Parts: sequence; C-alpha cells; structure tokens
Amino acid sequence: MDPIRKFDLKAIIACILIYAVVQGLIAVEVIGPFWELNIVLICINIILAVSLNLINGYTGQFSIGHAGFMAVGAYTGAVITVKLGLPFALGLVVATISAGLLGFLIGLPTLRLDGDYLAIATLGLGEIIRICILNIDYVGGASGLMGIPRFTNFTVAFWLMIAIIFFIKNFKNSAPGRCCLAIRENEIAADTMGINTTKYKVMAFTLGASFAGTAGCLFSHYFFLAHPATFTFMKSFDILTMVVLGGLGSMTGSICGATLLTFISAYLSDFPEWRMVIYSVTMIVLMLRRPQGLFGSEELSRKMFRLGGRQNG
Amino acid sequence: MLQVKDINVYYGAIHAIKGISLEVSDGEIVALIGSNGAGKSTTLRTISGLMKPKSGRIIYDDQDITGRPAHKIVSMGLCQVPEGRRVFANMTVLENLEMGAYTRKDKDGIAQDMKKVFESFPRLLERKEQLAGTLSGGEQQMLAMGRALMSKPKLLLMDEPSMGLAPLLVKEIFNIIKEINASGTTILLVEQNANMALSIADKAYVLETGRITLSGTAKELASSEAVRKAYLGG
Repeated sequence: MDPIRKFDLKAIIACILIYAVVQGLIAVEVIGPFWELNIVLICINIILAVSLNLINGYTGQFSIGHAGFMAVGAYTGAVITVKLGLPFALGLVVATISAGLLGFLIGLPTLRLDGDYLAIATLGLGEIIRICILNIDYVGGASGLMGIPRFTNFTVAFWLMIAIIFFIKNFKNSAPGRCCLAIRENEIAADTMGINTTKYKVMAFTLGASFAGTAGCLFSHYFFLAHPATFTFMKSFDILTMVVLGGLGSMTGSICGATLLTFISAYLSDFPEWRMVIYSVTMIVLMLRRPQGLFGSEELSRKMFRLGGRQNG
Repeated sequence: MLQVKDINVYYGAIHAIKGISLEVSDGEIVALIGSNGAGKSTTLRTISGLMKPKSGRIIYDDQDITGRPAHKIVSMGLCQVPEGRRVFANMTVLENLEMGAYTRKDKDGIAQDMKKVFESFPRLLERKEQLAGTLSGGEQQMLAMGRALMSKPKLLLMDEPSMGLAPLLVKEIFNIIKEINASGTTILLVEQNANMALSIADKAYVLETGRITLSGTAKELASSEAVRKAYLGG
C-alpha cells in the first residue's frame, strides 16, 4: 500500500486550503482578535477531544480526568520556557512526554478497574494532580504561573492539531488500534483471542494523556498563564461533553463536537447569565433526540452520504 | 496434550473448583458435562488463563502453563470459544475473523484458514461485510467458532456452544464440531446438553458442585444409570 493514500492526499490538500483561508482572513483582519482566540481555542479543544476519544471512544475505558493531564502539559511547558528559558518547541515535547509518562504510571494500576470505578478513579486523579500543582510554590501555587510568553499562534495550533488527528486516525487503523477496538467491543473475547488487553489499554491511555499534555502546553502559551482553577473537573467534563456530543468512537464527531461547543460558548459569552442554560438545554435535547451523539460511532465519509438517513431509521 | 492436576479455584471466599483433575489426549473430543453451577465454565476459564487456580497445575504440550496470562496461552495454540457468543458486535464478520488471527504472522496461512472457515460456515461468507451484532444467535456462535479457528488452535476449548440455540441449529453446530475435530483439532467441550455432547465425544467427565463424580468413555457414561437419570432424562 502507498505510504500516502489517495484519501490522505486529498485530506492534506483540504487542510492546506483551510489553513490558507483562515490565516488569510486573520492577516487582512476580517477575523478579529476575539475570533482568532476562539479559533485557536477550537484547535486546542479538538486535540483534547480526539485524544480523549482515543481512550473513551476507541478503547472503551471511561476516563474523566483529562484536565489533569492537560494541566501537567500546561505547567511543564511553562516551566521549560519561563523558568528555564528554553525554546517553545522543547517545551511542547517535554509537556507531551511528561503527561504521557504520568498517564502511563497512572494507567497501569487504574486500568484494572472498569466502568464506573475507572471513571471515579480518573476523576479523583485529575483532582489530585490539580491540588498538587496548587501547592507547589515553584509554579506559583494558587495564583498560577504568570508571565508566560504567547508562543502559540494559529499556525502552530492548527498544524499540531492536524498532525495529532492524522496520528490517531492511523493508530485506529493499525493492529494495536484494532486491538483497542476489540477491547471496547468485548474484553473477554479480546483476551481469548490472544490480545494482551492491559498492554493496549495502557497504550491508549498513555497516548491520550500525552496529547492532552500537548494541548495544555499550547493552552498556557496562548493565554499567558497557567492557573490551577482552569483545570478543574469541570474542564474534564467539558472535554467529555465534546466527545459524547459528537459521538463516542467517532473522530469526525469529536472534531465537530469540539468546534460546535467552543462556538456556542463564544457566542454565549455576551449573555453570561444564559450561557449555562442554553448549553444545558442543547445537551438535553441532543441526548433525547440522538443519544448516540451527532455521528454515532461513524466517520464522515462518502459511504455515509450514500446511505443517507440510514442512521436515523 | 492437556493435563489438569488437582486444581482448586475460588471466587473470593467461594470454593468453586475442589480439586479437579482431567486429561485430554491428542485428537480427542472430551466433554465436561454437569448441571448449572457445577464449575464447568470455571474449569475452562482456568485452563485458558482467564482465571488463576489457587493450587494445582495445568500442563499443556509438556509445559506448565499454570497462572500464565491468557494472551500468552493463545499463542501456544490453545484457544477458547467463550460462552454466550462473545463476538465483537460493532465489527464486521470479516474483521472478527481477522481479529482471531491476531497472534499469527503468516499471511498465506491466514488467507487459507479464512477460506476453510468460510467453507465450514458458508453462512458467514454471505454475511462477510455485515456487523457481527446483527447476526442471529446461531450465526454468532458460528462466528465465535470461526474466529477461534483462525488462531489455528491445536486445542480448542468450547464453552456451551449449544446455549440458547434451536434444536436444528444445535445439530448443525455439533456436526461442525465433529468436522473440526476430524481435521486435526483436539476439542474440550463444556455442555449442558449432555445427550448431544456424549454423542460426539470420545471421553467425558461429569462435574457436580466443583468435583468430578464420574468419568469414562462417552459410551460408558451414556449407558450409565446415574448419568441417564440425572442428565439424559431417564
């Protein structure tokens, strides 16, 4: 098989087009600073959503501590650039690796749990990470780490997002990715097929956590600060909401969910008192009408258009 | 080929298997029969590595496999068809079969075995692209069996293949089990349908509340008064 398939080539061209258009609009100031901020935020949220989808959607392990890994990335990256004065690229790499390492260490014991128990354990772990950071004076404690230079821009966020999306897409279609899907479908059957279930669960968890670290590093280098209050369990739920809204197990779904919810939040920032109401109503209506999420576990493809309304039937 | 020596298995404080020993020789069909809760499935799960015995030993192919993880045991050619037709519901029939060959690297051999599976189960070929979750109960059982065969097992453990199937289908499934055996795979079969199991088995063990109470050739057991009364309906 060709290393770059026809579909991938088309997708890459599409990405370049999208990038050129948005970057052009930013350059001629059709897109003002407010929307530019939100577009970067969309990129970051998409990274968070697709990486959580890798754990929750593909591997079927219900983790809700994603903000914790994001925090690790945000702070590690900031320490590298602010405290040590090293380049941003190194910060991104170290943020990714350290979040992944933590994911690996945490994943080993907790992934023996399943269902509700895993959810509670990861929720707790996310909070533990946050409280730990809150008490480290070196990184600013409760007042947060301030004075982080704005190294993230649309270009960096967009292309990192594309790289991560491609990585996860290819991972899904690889042999380890298939094992993850098999574990989601039926862990005992996967076990009897000779799949080392613990290994692949930890692998998915580690990858997901490390990309959350990347997103965190982008985040702190766009908003000038890393603050513990940003990474509460509400943030974890936000990410989870994006994934579930789009459809667990669908990459396209995660991307659309993240985009849609970021847009809704941005539009509603003018009506702060109505924001949570409208947000919640959207969720309730969606869960009533389409409990499987916007895309179910399907991907956007030509097949989907051909089959038309099959899923609604 | 397989020797189980005096294994004891617990579910927490419950002593489920109380010192079971059994033996399966090359090329045989061996049946484990017994009523609900006798410990048949637990025995199978222990052999395939899904559960660990507290004491006792399991020898397969002259190697001690006691306490080895399931995925390592599969690559030694010992594969289990789990109870209740555990197929990967959201994968197609073809993808399910491909997952079965997970431990193998020989592409030609895999393609050949895929062909063989489709020959044994023509119905799966018709539904190759269908999601496994949409198959009927019987077809799912066939798929679970086909998937296990894809790992090219030397010893196949089957957990209640007749469960929840119509009598006609049960007959078909058992015919296929006989064929699989005839083509060189040794089979250890757990069954509640003692009649059917004894009709194809060479040897059988009767389990009662975690102990083996009777054993012998299938013919002997089928004509034994105690077995007839308890399991074969007079």
